[in-house]
Amino acid sequence: MEKSEIFEKVVKILTPYVKSQEALEGVSPETHILDDLKVNSARLVDVVLEFEDAFDIEIDDDDVDKVETVGNAVELIEAKIG
Amino acid sequence: MSRRVVITGIGVLAPNGNGIRDFELALRKGLSGIRVNEKMVEHGFGSHVAGVPQGVDEIAKSYFSDDLLLAMNSGHRCGAIAGVDAWVDAGFERPDPDDDRVDWDTGAVLGTGIGGMDTIASRVVPLTDAKKVRRMGSTAVEQVMSSGVSARLSGILALGNQVTTNSSACSTGSEAISMGVERIRRGLAERMLCGGVEGASHYIWAGFDAMRVLCRRFNDAPESASRPMSATAAGFVPSAGAGVLMLESLESAQERGARIYAEVAGSAINCGGHRAGGSMTAPNPEGVSRCIQAALADAQIAPAEVGAINGHLTATGADPKEVRSWAKALGCAPGDLPPITSTKSMIGHALGAAGGIESVACVLMLNGGFVHPSINCEDVHPEIEPYAASIPHVALEKPELQVVVKAGFGFGDVNACLVFRKWNE
Repeated sequence: MEKSEIFEKVVKILTPYVKSQEALEGVSPETHILDDLKVNSARLVDVVLEFEDAFDIEIDDDDVDKVETVGNAVELIEAKIG
Repeated sequence: MSRRVVITGIGVLAPNGNGIRDFELALRKGLSGIRVNEKMVEHGFGSHVAGVPQGVDEIAKSYFSDDLLLAMNSGHRCGAIAGVDAWVDAGFERPDPDDDRVDWDTGAVLGTGIGGMDTIASRVVPLTDAKKVRRMGSTAVEQVMSSGVSARLSGILALGNQVTTNSSACSTGSEAISMGVERIRRGLAERMLCGGVEGASHYIWAGFDAMRVLCRRFNDAPESASRPMSATAAGFVPSAGAGVLMLESLESAQERGARIYAEVAGSAINCGGHRAGGSMTAPNPEGVSRCIQAALADAQIAPAEVGAINGHLTATGADPKEVRSWAKALGCAPGDLPPITSTKSMIGHALGAAGGIESVACVLMLNGGFVHPSINCEDVHPEIEPYAASIPHVALEKPELQVVVKAGFGFGDVNACLVFRKWNE
């Protein structure tokens, strides 16, 4: 899967959890999921479950702790897909 | 310190009408909101009928952001919509989520009888049993914790006074209003959003079906199924929704020039102690009469001043006892009982929401000068026959209506009674 395709899917999954729609318009790999998109931190659990379903992968809790930006999520998913 | 408490906002989602205008119209027309419920049919219930407010998910989508909706089950949706409606109706604007100001003078007592049973049944139990706890995600706790429904509303409106959920079975909604009144009277809050909420879910209703207390004889005629005070009453019809009142100190309401719908003149709460005929599932008649009398005494209103009664009246065997308890409490000969009506005849029994929705009906009756009909009891129960002249089968125009008394009784032998008085400028 192309990186750009993963990026698009990640953004689509994040969209309903995003409180700042303006930040979503200029979203890039550097965009911070909690600070810029204002996603409620408790909801990261649900976002990760959706990543697992969408890409048919498993993400363990230690991996989740490393995800801060949209780019971090894309790279993690790319590595898992292999 | 005891202050007067008035009603300055109303929010309602009922099976026969959402919002003040549609609900009042339905009440005046005697419109039933009871329908065949496919989930009950599919799951082999004895009863196939229920009352569910229409279009709740669509309204919720237009009111709330996607991230909120992901964590709002049926009860949360009903409670939050009715709560926001009462807030806006009282003349307030919905605060911006990024605005850090908190309204420290406004709280909420939003009760529920059963709570997030739909979330428990559809997610918590199946995923736990399948050893897939991790798949539950983050939103289960806030939807199954009893206080979730009031907590949800406080987050939407930035409420900073007491925010809690009471639960006392079918008297929940009435009790919530009584609790809010007390808090404002004591000067601990200026405004309280109070009422009852219950989600629509066959999981909530299954236990009642198993008890054989739901109506099974009118599965083919849903609009006739809820028959309080009828000789052919055959059990209650379960339903859902929310009714929320903005209670406000008279000082606060007058200071901001708010429209006043009516006054909560008095209230009382008690329990029959499961004695003298009372039990987990039946009221001690003395407890009922005492509760009504205590509410009137609290309101300093004489029984003769009561213009209409909105009963608990669910369409079970308890109806005749209830009517006799009202007559006893008011010291009335059978022919002298004020008009007595059951909102449940049109909307079914909304459990924890019943007291909230039916209190909204009382306020609309006082404000609009009418008594809504009690439908489906043309064949009055033989034991209620002496009181038959007091039961309206069509809406009564009563511009002179000054006082409406509402009572709710619940499993656990608990009672709550509210006295509403017309607001005269």
